[in-house]
Amino acid sequence: MTQSVAPGRVRTREHAEKQRPRRNANQRRLNIAAYLFVAPFMIVFIVMLLLPLFYSGYLSLFTTQLIGGQTFAGFANYVRAFTDPDFLAGVGRMALFLVIQVPIMLALSLFFALALDSGRVRGSVALRLLIFLPFAVPGVVATLMWGYLYGNDFGPIAQLFRAVGLGAPDLLSDQNMLGSMMNIVTWAFVGYNMIIMYAALRSIPTELFEAAEIDGASQWRVAWSIKIPGIRPAIILTVIFSIIGTFQLFNEPSLLHALAPNVIDNGYTPNYYAYNLAFTNQDVNYAAAIAFLLGLVIAVVSYVVQLSTQRKAARND
Amino acid sequence: MRKKAPRTAVALGTGLLAVALVLTGCTGGGGGTADNTKPVSQSDIDKAMKTPTTLTFWTWVPDIKNEVALFEKKYPAIKVKVENVGQGAPHYQKLRTALKAGKGAPDVAQIEFQYISSFTVTDSLLNLTPYGANDLGDQYVPWVWNQVKQNNGVYAVPQDSGPMGNLYRKDILDKAGVTTPPTTWDQYATDAATVKEKTGVYMSNLASSQAGQMLGLLWQAGVKPFGYDGKKGVTVDVNSAEAKKVASYWQDLIQKGYVSTDPDFTDSWYQGLANGKYAGWLTAAWAPVFLQGTAAKTSGLWRAAELPQTPGTKPASGNWGGSSDAVLKTTKNPIAAYELAKFINNDPESTLMFANKQFLFPTLNSTLKDPAFVDQKAEFYGGQEVNKLFANISTTVDTKFDWLPYMDYAYSSYTETMGKALAAKGDLSAGLDAWQKALVSYGTQQGFSVNK
Repeated sequence: MTQSVAPGRVRTREHAEKQRPRRNANQRRLNIAAYLFVAPFMIVFIVMLLLPLFYSGYLSLFTTQLIGGQTFAGFANYVRAFTDPDFLAGVGRMALFLVIQVPIMLALSLFFALALDSGRVRGSVALRLLIFLPFAVPGVVATLMWGYLYGNDFGPIAQLFRAVGLGAPDLLSDQNMLGSMMNIVTWAFVGYNMIIMYAALRSIPTELFEAAEIDGASQWRVAWSIKIPGIRPAIILTVIFSIIGTFQLFNEPSLLHALAPNVIDNGYTPNYYAYNLAFTNQDVNYAAAIAFLLGLVIAVVSYVVQLSTQRKAARND
Repeated sequence: MRKKAPRTAVALGTGLLAVALVLTGCTGGGGGTADNTKPVSQSDIDKAMKTPTTLTFWTWVPDIKNEVALFEKKYPAIKVKVENVGQGAPHYQKLRTALKAGKGAPDVAQIEFQYISSFTVTDSLLNLTPYGANDLGDQYVPWVWNQVKQNNGVYAVPQDSGPMGNLYRKDILDKAGVTTPPTTWDQYATDAATVKEKTGVYMSNLASSQAGQMLGLLWQAGVKPFGYDGKKGVTVDVNSAEAKKVASYWQDLIQKGYVSTDPDFTDSWYQGLANGKYAGWLTAAWAPVFLQGTAAKTSGLWRAAELPQTPGTKPASGNWGGSSDAVLKTTKNPIAAYELAKFINNDPESTLMFANKQFLFPTLNSTLKDPAFVDQKAEFYGGQEVNKLFANISTTVDTKFDWLPYMDYAYSSYTETMGKALAAKGDLSAGLDAWQKALVSYGTQQGFSVNK
């Protein structure tokens, strides 16, 4: 057998080499190399992202009971989510978070980016680093630190208020918790968004500024009419990132829960809700449905924002 | 021939998929289970204990390696891998995940009393009666033994417990003119008013995040909030008239400002204990040592007493906390696993070490009488024999108290219903109603037939 096979194989190869132009073989080698280079990413992408995604999509179509086991449920979990006050409250809370926190954070980022870019700030390199530094602090550490700062009995903020003879605000109370979280997120991400905007500002052609200067435009005018329109795509990018980040808020509620268990309930944010459903309520299927719906909400909101900004851009042109 | 490149891609793709499936473990559940109803003979045991075996043991008890070392010394063929995968909730989550995945679960795991039925409902624990667990019954405190027993099966070996008493600041009570700790609940309320009036200090803190403490107090009052028949039937009765009586007692003290409702085990609560914000703490037998670490600078100021009682009834107490070691059904070495759970919680040397070194409050009668344990005088409590006090309290704990097979949810929903009412100093009776509603609806949704 081996004897008959081996010559055959050789013949095929000869055949192929005669038939094909040399360049094609090179091309093939290049293709294989390309696939090999992409392979590590693809493996991780498929194993860590696509498969779990499909698996949780599959799970979300079932219900599992402690008594009775798993049964196919179609879209029952999704229907349940739409009438689940906890989930809806969480989404609503995040929407509120979005419309208040994101504009403040991005306005601050933009201000800092423009200020640094104007070249009129002394020690701009050190300042840039300083503003960026909170982003380098891991989110968990940041939340623990802020949780300590917010503490009513021992936190420095409360002590400061008492020192000047004012009543200390309970920053971890029901009314103030969302604001306290907004503060943490803003603190952590102002620098990050600033860097994106600052990098975009640096890439605006300097000829435009020279022209503006010749026309006698002030710094404010330059910022408003050249710089901000110039980095529009970068700003939209930060908006989209912020939307995604907001709806996925998890570290903050999860860690602050230990400090204020009665304020942060299981459904405080949708992501935290999905986690609690899966691990406290042992309802993995419903948690999967919530996670999918959350993804959908994020996609829709992001898309609407992108679409509306594009339209505005088209109108302006 | 020309389609060579895409074909490579396909091959690569299928290869990846295969790898992926292997990696994600999509091979279906399984794993051999050791469900044995025949009694195990002594020769089986001897053989198993001489066969080289490695056991995995998940527990969060600090320094438990020392007790395990005693076991390994007695059975040199058995090696035990002790793993701490988290304390409380994270521990159970990982355990459930491993059980669901069908592999990766330990042979022996620490399980608190109230969570045992949430593992028997999924049929994850090995019934230990064929391995001889029934013979152990007499050696443990009766109420403790009931905690690990279910429908004639024994599902774990008791490790530690938390009968409840009253730790109080003698100096603060003295300052208010209260020279003896309150012995009845009525006296407790009167003293609370005096303490608040004279010193401005809270009599104690009823934590708004702590179902365990409230359940312990209900336990003392003879309330039976939960029931589980081991199969489909659960009983939820957290808003019974008796439970509401307890709730309204506390509501009164809270609304008058005598008792605070801070969440416990938080930084500000630790500070409160250390700074004299609370004149006392109704707590469990594990707390005296815990408090020494938390409020070290108040050493000598504290005393321990029994819980206040209801006049005309025999002395009673409840339990808060306490755990056991269970053998998981997925184990390949049930005999060795059971022997490990038994040895560390039954061997006199090991249990005394638990009691005196790790300060786990004993469950074994002999340890509870051991002079090396009960005769200790605690400096922190002004030389009081605190262990002896709690050992006596342990005998007064009501022997029957069941749990739901979904206590994870019960505890978290407590915080969202009763906890909110406590934190708001509001209507606790309505809080119990809301808790009842949540527990019933969850139970129904999980397929139990709920008896209200």
